[in-house]
Amino acid sequence: MITQTIFTSRPLIAVLVSLLVIPVLLSCRSKNIRESWTFAAAALKFLIVVSMLPMILGGNEIRFTLFDVLPGLPIAFKVDSFGMLFALVSSFLWIITSAYSIGYMRTLNEHSQTRYYCYFALSLSATVGVAFSANLLTMYLFYEMLSLATYPLVTHHQDAEAKSSGRTYLFYILGASIALVLPAMLYIFAKTGTLEFASQGFMTGAFSKQTLLILVLMLVFGFAKAGIMPFHSWLPAAMVAPTPVSALLHAVAVVKVGAFCVARVITGVFGSDLLLSFNLNTVICTIASITIITASLIALSQDGLKRRLAFSTIGQLSYIVLGVALLSPHGLTGGILHIVMHAFGKITLFFCAGAIYVATGAKNVSELVGIGRRMPFTMVAFLIGALSVIGLPPCGGFISKWYLVLGTIEAGQPVFLAVLLISSLLNAAYFLPIVYKAFFCTDEEALFKKKVDEAPMWCLVPLCITASISVILFFLPQPFLRLAEMTVQSIIGG
Amino acid sequence: MVQHLPALLVVVPLLTALSVSALSWLAPRLCLPLTFGCLGFSLASSVGILMEVIASGPVVYTMGGWSSPIGIVYVIDYLSAPILVVVTAVALINLVASSKQIDRDFSDKKGTFYTLYILFVTGMVGIVATGDAFNLYVLLEIAALTGYSLIGLGQPRAPLSSLNYLFIGTIGASFYLLGVGYLYIATGSLNMADLARFIAMPEHSSSTMVMFAFIICMTGLFTKMGLFPLHGWLPNAYSHASPASSALLAPLTTKVMIYAMIRVCLYVFTPAYVFGTLQISNAIVWIAVAAIVVGSLLALTQKSLFKMLTYIVIAEVGYMVGGFFLGNRMGITGSALHIINDAAMTLCLFLAAGAITYRTKSDSFSDLKGIFKRMPFTMTAFTIGALAVIGIPPTCGFFSKWYLIIGGINAGHYGFAAALIFSSLVNAVLFFRIFEIAYFQSPGDSKDHHHHGHHRHKDKMVEAPLSMLIPLMITALSLIVLGIYTGDIVTHVIQAAIPGVIS
Repeated sequence: MITQTIFTSRPLIAVLVSLLVIPVLLSCRSKNIRESWTFAAAALKFLIVVSMLPMILGGNEIRFTLFDVLPGLPIAFKVDSFGMLFALVSSFLWIITSAYSIGYMRTLNEHSQTRYYCYFALSLSATVGVAFSANLLTMYLFYEMLSLATYPLVTHHQDAEAKSSGRTYLFYILGASIALVLPAMLYIFAKTGTLEFASQGFMTGAFSKQTLLILVLMLVFGFAKAGIMPFHSWLPAAMVAPTPVSALLHAVAVVKVGAFCVARVITGVFGSDLLLSFNLNTVICTIASITIITASLIALSQDGLKRRLAFSTIGQLSYIVLGVALLSPHGLTGGILHIVMHAFGKITLFFCAGAIYVATGAKNVSELVGIGRRMPFTMVAFLIGALSVIGLPPCGGFISKWYLVLGTIEAGQPVFLAVLLISSLLNAAYFLPIVYKAFFCTDEEALFKKKVDEAPMWCLVPLCITASISVILFFLPQPFLRLAEMTVQSIIGG
Repeated sequence: MVQHLPALLVVVPLLTALSVSALSWLAPRLCLPLTFGCLGFSLASSVGILMEVIASGPVVYTMGGWSSPIGIVYVIDYLSAPILVVVTAVALINLVASSKQIDRDFSDKKGTFYTLYILFVTGMVGIVATGDAFNLYVLLEIAALTGYSLIGLGQPRAPLSSLNYLFIGTIGASFYLLGVGYLYIATGSLNMADLARFIAMPEHSSSTMVMFAFIICMTGLFTKMGLFPLHGWLPNAYSHASPASSALLAPLTTKVMIYAMIRVCLYVFTPAYVFGTLQISNAIVWIAVAAIVVGSLLALTQKSLFKMLTYIVIAEVGYMVGGFFLGNRMGITGSALHIINDAAMTLCLFLAAGAITYRTKSDSFSDLKGIFKRMPFTMTAFTIGALAVIGIPPTCGFFSKWYLIIGGINAGHYGFAAALIFSSLVNAVLFFRIFEIAYFQSPGDSKDHHHHGHHRHKDKMVEAPLSMLIPLMITALSLIVLGIYTGDIVTHVIQAAIPGVIS
């Protein structure tokens, strides 16, 4: 198990890198210099995160306490295998998205680009902050920071639609965290005197079943970024944002922060033994299952491409929650791995949606008939992303889904197995027709000419990279699989 | 010199006020520098005393060498020292920030304004420093009378609001005086420490007269602090005054009154009497809950910035009164901490609102369109202030709310905890509604008729003058600094200020 605790300020630096680049971005006069700085910050952030990887893989844990903000309750960072996995994915994808942003934002000649890059950097600071939080207070701090930093990104267009979406966004995300997470956190602190995550949880025995159930529900729903129904409406609304925002934040960073927080709370606050002994994990699994099926059904009916992707994301996030809440070794591994696999698959799909919009202006599924003739690379990448999300080989999504399926059997919960299988069919039903219609249609049906005319390279290359990684992850799931297994080991105690 | 600092804190501004008054005839230009110097001295000595208190315990100063209980003593302990710093810092920061506003609003009465300004600060400092229950009344009236005048100098409707405030405020002060009178009849003393000794005796703690004295004292202080339902004077008084006055009065008056309430409860009537014998605290917490809910809801109905902020002040008064009357250590810590934090938050928001009205000449919501583009720095500070009021970490508002809610949970008073959460949510709505107007709409818009995508605002930046902006930025930054140093403030100062009998 954990052989050693290493004390270093590297997690703090990893968080601060993107924060410190903001004044630089604000002072840049030229676009190219500004984007170079974004790249520099993204690369540096990723390298710092990677530099901690060997220590984590060696079974160590990294800790850094900033200061005691309340007596006995510090703002503190802890890097363990779970946080490392999430930080790796989000900091790596920031680099790719920065490249994609250049293509998207410049081609569409968007306004206020400096503001856009600044809040993007701020969001990434908050994301990595959540990943490296050592206690619930620190996590809450970065969670709220992320909520506020993404608001100007969601409302980037500053029109009436953006305004109403921004309102929905804040209502759910900020509202749920203040109304549900904050009181639950305070209650737990008042009763236990600590908020420090422990691998077996820290609430053993002090609470009745009813109290625990209420706290579990408050925290699972309160982290509304996880999009568990009925707290999901903000995500389709947030699709009004520029596509790179939807891609990195609403397929990876923001939504997975939600799922990550829920997973952390389940394992680090309540602990598997406590939840299993009261059978509360089944409650969470049931809530997640309802979300999975409902979201997939709604996705079927969506014509807006990004909205369809959003509902798909809502369903897939609940896979993570379901897997973790099964609390069986394979279920946990699957849930945690799904953070990675879904990230690469879904970001590819969003990149494709954005590339299609940049090249043709099309936003709806019905406008995509025959698009494969014009944008073959994009649509092949779309197919790969779709396969990964559905969970078919040869894509990374297959591996996480495989573990999830094993997990349901292991936990003796055939109902949830059925949920996963039905959902996979529904996923196929809402993704594959898009790809099919894009390539296989008669000349009369086709809305596009046969001439290849792709989106700019800055858009195309990033989506090809993420699509390739989705495939590579099927063959080489390391180091993510190892990190997931290490996490499971520390939770189950094996 | 140093040992006389507690007296100088009151005497220096009192004499300066007279000199400023005289100078306004002889050399009007020197008024501002002199006022600035005086408040700078006050702040420096307050910080000095705070350091002294942290290093070696409370400072007791006997006026004129007459020892207590005959003479008047000034007691600067762990409770009063930080509040002194807050009072003098707010006064100094607002003086700098408002100097342009003062030039504009009071061009022919600057000397008068500065005199009243200093006298008001004198009263506030005295209330905080005094260890004598009657002396507190005198200083209360000094602060109140100058406060009425400062408000009355404002826009055309201000004199009426000020008169209204004067009527209610005078009744409040008289109630307090009456209470002190009863205490004097019952015990024969006016010195706080002496009174506390008497009240601890069984014959006094069971006396109806002492109970009546407590109730009437508290009613007086509740009126002065604007606790619902005694808040009627507050919104008009603070929103019709000149921003230069309201940014001084709003952060200080209610907070110093809450300090006086804490002082009188803990160090005159003693915790055992207030939280034990009287059995009244639960009812007062429910009144505070009502204050929080009503204040928040009324804030929602407002259509102008200053009015909205005044109703937030009313809700915040409920936070502190409720937290204190929970009667446990966490609640009182939260209440005392919130005096400091709320003073800083209110100052930040009022200064920002003042800077906006300085440029736009209006504070109604409809005139805030596109203000983010035109005044980005002011709005940044305003945003930080708003986040603090909502209670987002790491701003200071989060941490005082933290203690208050934990206090509520520990006391089993879930209604109070729920009211605080409710108020946070309402505050979020209040401020994001302003952000929407300030961010999405541009001044030319009659309605939302942007076409999708790439419109650019053509409006130019018209920031407030630097003399406003720099103090505003310092205040905004202090909200984060106070938040980060919450742990130190609580362990080194506030915990020592709360008597050990309270657990």
